[in-house]
This record gives sequence, structure tokens and C-alpha cells, in this order.
Amino acid sequence: MKKLVLLALVLPLVAACGSDDDGSSTTLTVYAAASLTASFEEIAAEFEAEHDGVEVRLSFGGSSDLVTQIQGGAPADVFASADTANMDKLVDDDLTGADPQGFATNTLEIVVPPGNPAGITSFQDLAKPGLNLVVCAPAVPCGAASQQVAENAGVTLSPVSEEQSVTDVLAKVTSGEADAGLVYVTDVQAAGDDVEGVEFPESDSVVNTYPIAPVEDSGEADLAEEFVQFVLGDTGQGVLADFGFGSTSP
Amino acid sequence: MIPRWLYAPAAVGAAFLLLPLAAIVARVEWSEFFTLITSEASKDALWLSLRTSAMATLLCLLFGTPMAVVLARTSFPGQGVLRSLVLLPLVLPPVVGGVALLYTFGRRGLLGHELEVLGIQVAFSTTAVVLAQTFVAMPFLVVSLEGSLRTAGQRYEVVAASLGAAPTTVFRRITLPLVLPGLVSGSVLAFARALGEFGATITFAGSLQGVTRTLPLEIYQLRETDVDAAVALSLVLVVVAVLVIGFAGRQGRSLG
Repeated sequence: MKKLVLLALVLPLVAACGSDDDGSSTTLTVYAAASLTASFEEIAAEFEAEHDGVEVRLSFGGSSDLVTQIQGGAPADVFASADTANMDKLVDDDLTGADPQGFATNTLEIVVPPGNPAGITSFQDLAKPGLNLVVCAPAVPCGAASQQVAENAGVTLSPVSEEQSVTDVLAKVTSGEADAGLVYVTDVQAAGDDVEGVEFPESDSVVNTYPIAPVEDSGEADLAEEFVQFVLGDTGQGVLADFGFGSTSP
Repeated sequence: MIPRWLYAPAAVGAAFLLLPLAAIVARVEWSEFFTLITSEASKDALWLSLRTSAMATLLCLLFGTPMAVVLARTSFPGQGVLRSLVLLPLVLPPVVGGVALLYTFGRRGLLGHELEVLGIQVAFSTTAVVLAQTFVAMPFLVVSLEGSLRTAGQRYEVVAASLGAAPTTVFRRITLPLVLPGLVSGSVLAFARALGEFGATITFAGSLQGVTRTLPLEIYQLRETDVDAAVALSLVLVVVAVLVIGFAGRQGRSLG
């Protein structure tokens, strides 16, 4: 009897974790790279405004984390990656519902604390001895890009820390612990007054393309495709441009 | 004699705790296990973790032991509040600990200017790792030792003092030997907690091979590129943790 009481107490809790929609609306789940947070929130709002009864649920994270989740069966309808390498993992596993399409580009920028205390003006300055430089680890997209840019510029970087994500790099710079970091142009813009950006010409040598694709086995295949087209369309592209992303069309 | 219906939820609880460990073991690529855990980066991470955790445990002993004695053997106004605050890192999310340490020892932190004048840079150094580990581990030692001190009581100390032993002699010859089991198991717990420390380290110390990238940070980083290696290293940490707990239990029993 007591077991039953316990079950009666626990089961509704467990069930409540599973679903929270009221059944009257359609939910589209979009997995997007962390760097797309602000822009995709706006795009999702615009998409909802144009589609009655549709709720877009956004899940942001590191692209490779999101890929691992989707490979593990997470209920994503659309995936927007911060780089092609991670999207290719899904393609290789036949988990994309259509060919991925590039929808935005991003380049690197040097980020420094307000007032630029270390006086960084060029990419070469990042090799200054004694400078607290923080970059992304080579294993993550922004770190791979940083390595490539350094190679192209012929500069050897010796960072004091290799962080796991762009956000971690930014945090080290906004707190003033680091003198400089390498993040994406859009991250500098999103951070506002907490940081300053230093552009450098070598950044053009590594342009990061963001691909988007519907996920195979999506219960909302048509709506997923519509969302992809919406991101590629005028509204989506306009929002992305506002947030500092580059366009994929040459 | 316990009610029989307790077994069912107890079994569910045990399965919930043990199944994930079994899942790790099942997921390990045994053919490559040794190669994976002996890569240069893994060895650096393991060595760094052992060094920093040992150092943190030492600091916990040096400062935690006196703190436990003061909390257990004296009474002063506000002691209860102080005890709760000192134990806060036990329940605080480690990332909050990291943020707090940043605002204390960071460049723009409370002590940042003083440290800079002294030419000491804490952030991004191995020192920062040790500080983060000590911060989260010390409460374990204090709790465990304070408990032992209270259980042991003060009878022998009072007798020794009445026979003319000076307070330092009583502390050294009576109190410490009496609570040795608590001291050992407290240190082992602190060591284990330091070894597993992740949140405060990544927030406060950064992540660089051989300097600040401890084993948990290395595992976190490897998930991106080499899942097999991440799993293999996770198993290493599990084994170390099992050994530590086994050792603590045995010490606690044989000395107690």
C-alpha cells in the first residue's frame, strides 16, 4: 500500500518532466550554436509571429555538444551549427533531413578589456611577452579558427589559457583577468560596453560558415524546412546582419 | 529489523547510483585503454591533478585542523553562524566558488592590487588551481574532524591538563592522536574532493595543459575531440575515487 502511495506521488512528477505543451500548439525544436543565441531568439520570435499556433523552442550550446545530443536521439527538428565540421558529423550519420546550407559567416576579432590596458593594436601584438592572452582550445571551432589565423599571419601565440568556448574567453576578458582574447566579431558586438574590439586584417583569411539543416526523423519535417528557409530569407538574414554576422552570398 | 518494503526503493536508489558507473565501464575501448590514458596530455593532467590535490590537502590540514578545534572546543558569540558560513562551499555550486575567488584573488579583486604590488599573479597559474581546490575541499576536513573531536570528548584532555601538561602538549600528545582516524578520513575526503574539482577551477584558473588543465578539465575538453579518451580517463578518476573511499573507510575502522 505504501509503495502505491509513493508511486502515486512520484509518477506525476516524472510525467510532468516529459511534456509541458497544452496540445493546442505545434512545437518546433531548434538546436543552435551558442553564438547564435541573441539572433536566433529574435528570428524565432519573428517566425512565431508569422506562424499561428507554432511555438519555437530553442536550445543553445556548443555545436559539438548539440551534435552529441542529436546523435543520442534528442528531439531536435532543426540544427544550426557554428561550423561545417560539426554539421558534417550529422551528415555522415545520415541524421540530416536535407543538405545543409550556409546561412551566415563570422570572422575573428581581438577582444580587450575597456580602455585596452595592454595597448593591443595588431594581431602581432598578441605575441608580446608577458601578455595574458586567452583563446579557445584548438578542439572547438573558434580555437581551430584562431590557430589557422595565427598560422596564416605567421605569429606564434602562447596563450595563458585555452578555454572551452567563446563565452569562457569573453568572461576572462570582461573580468579583466586576461589582457586580450580571440573571439568572433559578433561576440564582441554582443558584449557591448564590457569589452572593446580590435579588428585585424588577417581575420579575413579564415571565414567561418554557419550551416543549417532540418534533422532527419523530425516529426515536423515541413515546418522544419520552413524555418530553414525563413533563416535563409530576408527576415532571417536581416536579423543576422544586425547582430554582426556576414552573409554567405559573395 | 527493518520493514521489508524498504528494500525496493533502496534497490532503485543503489541501481541509480551504480548503473552510470557500469555504463562507463561498458563504454571503455579496452583495446586502446592503455594508449589513451598514457598520452602526453593525459599524463600531464593526471600528474597536475595529483600534485595540486596533495598541495590543497596539505593546506586544508594546516588551516582546517585548527579551525575544527576552535569550532569544537570553544564557544563564542556568532559561532553557529560562523560554522554555517565556513561550511558553505559544501553546498555552493563550484562555479559560484570560482566567481567568488575571482573577485578575491583576481587582478581586479579585493586582494588583486596587493598581490600585483607583490608581483604575484594568481590567475591562470597552478596556484589558482590549488586555491580553488582548497576552497571547496576544506569544509570536508573541518566537518569530519569537528565530528571526531566532539565524539572523542574532553575527558583525557582535562586529565592531562590537571596533571600539569601545557595546552600545546595536550593538543600534540592527547587531542591529535585521539582524533587521528577523523583526521585521516577527513584528509582523504578533502583530497578526493580536490581531485574532482572542476567548476571553480575552470572559472577561476583557466585551462592550459600542464599548468591548469587538471584531469576533470582534460576530460571535459576531450569530449569534443576524442570521446574514447574522455571515457578512459573518466574510468581512471572513478578508480582513484574508489581507492580513496576504500582507503578512508579502512583507516577509519582500523584506527577508530
